[in-house]
Amino acid sequence: MTGIWSAVLVLGITGAIFAVVLYFVAQKFKVVEDPLIDEVAEALPGANCGGCGRAGCRAMAEAFVKQGNMEGLSCPAGGAEVAKKVAAILGCTPEEKEPEVAVVRCNGTCANAPAKTHYQGMQDCAFANSLYTGESGCSYGCLGLGNCARACQFDALSIDPETGLPVVNEDKCVACGACVKACPRGIIELRKKGMKNRRVYVACRNKEKGADARKSCSAACIGCGKCAKTCPFGAITVENNLAYIDFNVCKLCRKCVAECPTGAIHAVNFPPKVDRPAQPQPEQPVSQSQAAPVNDGSTTNA
Amino acid sequence: MKTFAMGGVHPEENKISTTAVIEEFPLPKTAVILMNQHLGAPATPCVAKGDKVKVGQLIGKAEAFMCANVHSPFSGTVAKIDSCKDAFGLAKPAIYINVEGDEWEESIDRTPDIKRECTLEPKEIVDKLKEMGVVGLGGATFPTHIKYSIAPDKKAEYLIINAVECEPYLTSDHRVMVEHAEEICIGVNILRKALGVPKAYIGIENNKPEPIRVMTEMAQKFEGIVVEPLKVKYPQGAEKQLINAITGRRVPSGKLPIDVGCVVNNVGTAFAVYEAVQKNKPLIENILTVTGKKLQAQHNYHVRFGVTYSDIIAHAMSEGLPETTGKVISGGPMMGKAVCNLDGPTTKGASSVLVIDEGEAERAVESNCIRCGKCMNACPMGLEPYLFSSLVKNRRIEEAGTHNILDCIECGCCFFSCPANKPLLDEIRLGKNLYRGILMAKKK
Repeated sequence: MTGIWSAVLVLGITGAIFAVVLYFVAQKFKVVEDPLIDEVAEALPGANCGGCGRAGCRAMAEAFVKQGNMEGLSCPAGGAEVAKKVAAILGCTPEEKEPEVAVVRCNGTCANAPAKTHYQGMQDCAFANSLYTGESGCSYGCLGLGNCARACQFDALSIDPETGLPVVNEDKCVACGACVKACPRGIIELRKKGMKNRRVYVACRNKEKGADARKSCSAACIGCGKCAKTCPFGAITVENNLAYIDFNVCKLCRKCVAECPTGAIHAVNFPPKVDRPAQPQPEQPVSQSQAAPVNDGSTTNA
Repeated sequence: MKTFAMGGVHPEENKISTTAVIEEFPLPKTAVILMNQHLGAPATPCVAKGDKVKVGQLIGKAEAFMCANVHSPFSGTVAKIDSCKDAFGLAKPAIYINVEGDEWEESIDRTPDIKRECTLEPKEIVDKLKEMGVVGLGGATFPTHIKYSIAPDKKAEYLIINAVECEPYLTSDHRVMVEHAEEICIGVNILRKALGVPKAYIGIENNKPEPIRVMTEMAQKFEGIVVEPLKVKYPQGAEKQLINAITGRRVPSGKLPIDVGCVVNNVGTAFAVYEAVQKNKPLIENILTVTGKKLQAQHNYHVRFGVTYSDIIAHAMSEGLPETTGKVISGGPMMGKAVCNLDGPTTKGASSVLVIDEGEAERAVESNCIRCGKCMNACPMGLEPYLFSSLVKNRRIEEAGTHNILDCIECGCCFFSCPANKPLLDEIRLGKNLYRGILMAKKK
């Protein structure tokens, strides 16, 4: 019996001593942290995707609280909803930011850019890019080894086995930009979602001269400049044999799409074209038009 | 018999073109001369469209420090100066030449006599090598004059001539030693003079009895040249391994051979040095092995740079590429690179056109690492390839850097010995690239 009492006594006394020591130590080395940080971190999505350019959601929360407002800071994964929550905690107005989505600017499907060589090395775009041009011979096109899909934390990107190109799931894409960083050839771009989710863009990055570009891919931009001449808003610039549509200027008229001789310009999520529609049919509900988009060989899903 | 201490493998030798005498390769109709045929910055074209050029005329001038002059291997007219897709499909600056006749610069001595005396001073020799655009012909195409511009606080003690040719299939060094032994010895003595070292060692693996015999007989006529037969083991032809095999010294991590008093040159470079210094002939051609198990005839050619791979295939294989060809490789099977654009031109570094059959070219299916450690045993640099594999895959590049990923010489022993067929060398190459990028960014 005494054995138990002595054990209880010894443990109790050491416990009490340590408790006192720990209390003072905790007081001495107390880290004062703004309780707001916890609150903001709670409001953030918690995916640690790194899309904001910080180490994770916690680091972003610290940045928010340190700055005290939301100027220049935004969580691309959370979007407007999270921005509102964070603004409420910080007591400021959320910064307006138009929603964006990842867009794959390559047209080199297996049909358009048939493989001339066979690659068996490491299944990693960064390595293949340092080694050679790619199976189609286009040194600007998608290598199809899926670095972007692996980088995506939101399961929004996958490689389509039929085309060999990445496909963006627009519902899941939060425009965090991880895929943009992962692509060694800079093929993926974040573009504004646009009105009713509609977008017009040049699905090519090839800066070679037209004839050379056509050799490796039948749907390459050949830099002919027809689109730039047609565009009534001056949204298209041609530089280094490659056209680029500025999404801030583009009014989605789609004149360039009809003009492009190689079909390098993609228009996505537009309703199917009837013979000569002056305007989109007003009675057609938006949801339906999104469910059945014109997918003229485009690489995005609705 | 000597060999290097750590790691190494024994791939099948397959030296089937050793008896093929070096032939002159015919002139093509057009040629494309790349401006960066060497390690470093591209040369700047110094001719214009429509200019007439002669063989040996300077057409690309070295302006950067790490650069080498490029001379025209052909006579004719400059058709255009444009970018050209090289053998790997990457666009490089190039000069296109329409070949007309074969008119050489008058300054080049084309007589077959051997010129034995070299009266130039060491400094003049290095300048001559720079002027003639000589680069290392062992594969890395490092400009030779830079190797010989040794910092004043360092001193060379040994000149080592790399005649190991440890890569399977390749026989260009073998043939050049058998056919041009005297020229090589003169070239070696010129290099020895440029360095001011008393002795030069020529390392030859003992699977080449004929070159060993010929070179030993020839070396006896020259002072200061020792032929050193070596035990066969891949990658003995790697600079650091050869130094270790011959001198017993080890080049520390991140250091150069000169830090342990050694300078290593390929035997092909020694021949090019002889031609450049004694015959005034710029580096415009190389000896190239055309080989493959399925080919009807094996060849060794004197090929001028700028001939395309398809020209070589058309000339060497009367029946065309065998139908079962899986890969055409520039270089050896261990370290060479598969050619993906056969219309690309050959460059100063090309040492072979190797035709590999489908079955052999196919990579085996990859499975999981079983931590057997064979890659570590095989690594001649004492690295841990399996570790790099997972670090690079997970993009923990800086950690790979702390495990000395940059020491990898890319010999491929790890990949060769891996029972799980993991693409270890690919992963390490990627890791090295990414780590170099990180170091560059840190410097800025």
